[in-house]
Amino acid sequence: MTSEKNQAEESSVDTRHGCILYVENVTVSFDGFKALDGLNLYIDDGELRCIIGPNGAGKTTMMDVITGKTRPDEGTIFFGQSLDLTMMTEYEIAHAGIGRKFQKPTVFKNHTVYENLELALHADKDIWTSLLKRLNADQKETIEGALETVGLVEQKNIRAGLLAHGQTQWLEIGMLLVQDPRLLLIDEPVAGMTHQETEQTAELLSSLAGKHSVVVVEHEMDFIRSIANRVTVLHEGRVLAEGTMEDVQNDPKVVEVYLGS
Amino acid sequence: MIKQIAALHSFRGWLFTFGLLFAAIILFPVLNIFLPEESFFHIPDYMFPLLGKYLCYAMVALAVDLIWGYAGILSLGHGVFFSMGGYAMGMYLMRSIGKEGVYKSDLPDFMVFLDWKELPWYWYGFDYFSFALLIVFLLPGLFAFVFGYFAFRSRIKGVYFAIITQAMTYALMLLFFRNNTGFGGNNGLTDFKRILGYSLQDPSTKMGLFVITALVLFLSYVISRYIVKSKLGRVLTAIRDVENRVMFSGYNTLHYKLFIWTFSAFLCGLAGALYVPQVGIINPSEMQPANSIEMAIWVAVGGRGTLVGALLGAGLVNVAKSWFTVAAPDYWLYFLGILFIVVTLFLPKGFIGIFDRFTSKNKDREVIND
Repeated sequence: MTSEKNQAEESSVDTRHGCILYVENVTVSFDGFKALDGLNLYIDDGELRCIIGPNGAGKTTMMDVITGKTRPDEGTIFFGQSLDLTMMTEYEIAHAGIGRKFQKPTVFKNHTVYENLELALHADKDIWTSLLKRLNADQKETIEGALETVGLVEQKNIRAGLLAHGQTQWLEIGMLLVQDPRLLLIDEPVAGMTHQETEQTAELLSSLAGKHSVVVVEHEMDFIRSIANRVTVLHEGRVLAEGTMEDVQNDPKVVEVYLGS
Repeated sequence: MIKQIAALHSFRGWLFTFGLLFAAIILFPVLNIFLPEESFFHIPDYMFPLLGKYLCYAMVALAVDLIWGYAGILSLGHGVFFSMGGYAMGMYLMRSIGKEGVYKSDLPDFMVFLDWKELPWYWYGFDYFSFALLIVFLLPGLFAFVFGYFAFRSRIKGVYFAIITQAMTYALMLLFFRNNTGFGGNNGLTDFKRILGYSLQDPSTKMGLFVITALVLFLSYVISRYIVKSKLGRVLTAIRDVENRVMFSGYNTLHYKLFIWTFSAFLCGLAGALYVPQVGIINPSEMQPANSIEMAIWVAVGGRGTLVGALLGAGLVNVAKSWFTVAAPDYWLYFLGILFIVVTLFLPKGFIGIFDRFTSKNKDREVIND
């Protein structure tokens, strides 16, 4: 990825302590039901982390509070040392360098594949730039590169609504790539993908780690086994266990609530 | 910049656009002046205010399409912005009547009738055309900006937003109906004599106003086209389709919505200001909820999200309206209702969609919904 220079927002993410995301003691309740209950989660810079857990464990709510869609009732969420995400709006959080892929693939169906990437591209996103500026050579190159990475070069002028399901998932991943975030939150990336597509996705996500920090929520166990170093198990809005896939699988608590059933 | 503007249309598209502009600002006046009245191609004097009125409606349709067709925000209150522009121009025209009113007073007739002794403060400045023009340029946009800021910031969308705009136009209509508000009550402002010293009764003034309207419409169209063809236009349609995704991509959607909403109101106000001298009257009925709904129908009939469709729709519906109000006035609203239903059921892309069927290029232009 050729990322642009002078991105003040990005350089302001302070990861000197090696940690990019601090979720501390976060509680969210909906009508008395605690979707998150004193959740603590720390993501290292450049890490690839998988999050698993039974339905209703709070995985999607966790994504929502990190990206500003839902406000926590209690607790703090820091991006790097200094950015307090609970005080920021959705677009500010996105601009600060957190990208999100939704559970249900969400692309702009009436825009072409190319335009989808153009809209997601890391660039000034104020109205005057959008009104007056055209893509420069660097930006075009970035988009072409992403098209190649996700294998949609031939489809670039097709409207996204006409893509097959797997291609749509890939387009959304491509959009995240050009958005060039420091932290990617990815919700069920391989849902509905064929075996081969799943493997390719695993490869792609693994290659992203290092340059980006990646948090993946997924049900597909084989997929997680193939990519994860560290796995966090959520249960009833709290962290139940954390460690390597092996540790987690052998943890009696985890076996009881999740894997054993 | 020039290159970008040239790229807004294909060569044929530009040829067609300029052809229409040429017809309006050169051909029609020539046909009016140089052909004898009995000639088939002669354009009679009375046609100019009528055509001018259609062009004003076309501008309104353009404004509604920008906000509805592209940004997906249905406004059923654009009559307010139209009226604001119209009243601002009307106030200047009232002041330029001078002492030639029925009561031979320096005050507008309706104020004499209400036994007012002096001009209310908010009429100050309207003796000057430039001041009236400033208000036309600023007021509708400013009002829309404030209204839009609070509505969009609270994330009011869809049918809720439409209902609020209906309430807005209804409230302002009631306000303007009151005599005490100081805008002529239910009679509104009328009996204009001249604009910038030119008599409004004079055929050449009418022709001039028509030509100016055509030019302003042309410019509005080119600017609108520029907006929707820019990345900003693509962001707007993205907001229309999945606003959440746009926010999570780092766009402050509030700014985008406010921008197009304010620009749309500005265009609408401009249309109102051009409308009043040609039609000769502005009154609160322009702010009837039904009027604003009709504006949305023009766009739906022509085809949303295409700009050209909006222009076409405004033309078609209003020509039909002119014919009906003479031939069968009682049936107009039935016809309008049926037209709207038929278009919604059978022509989701509006009348412009019929053309698309013949040009394979645009076959897949239909909006994809979830």
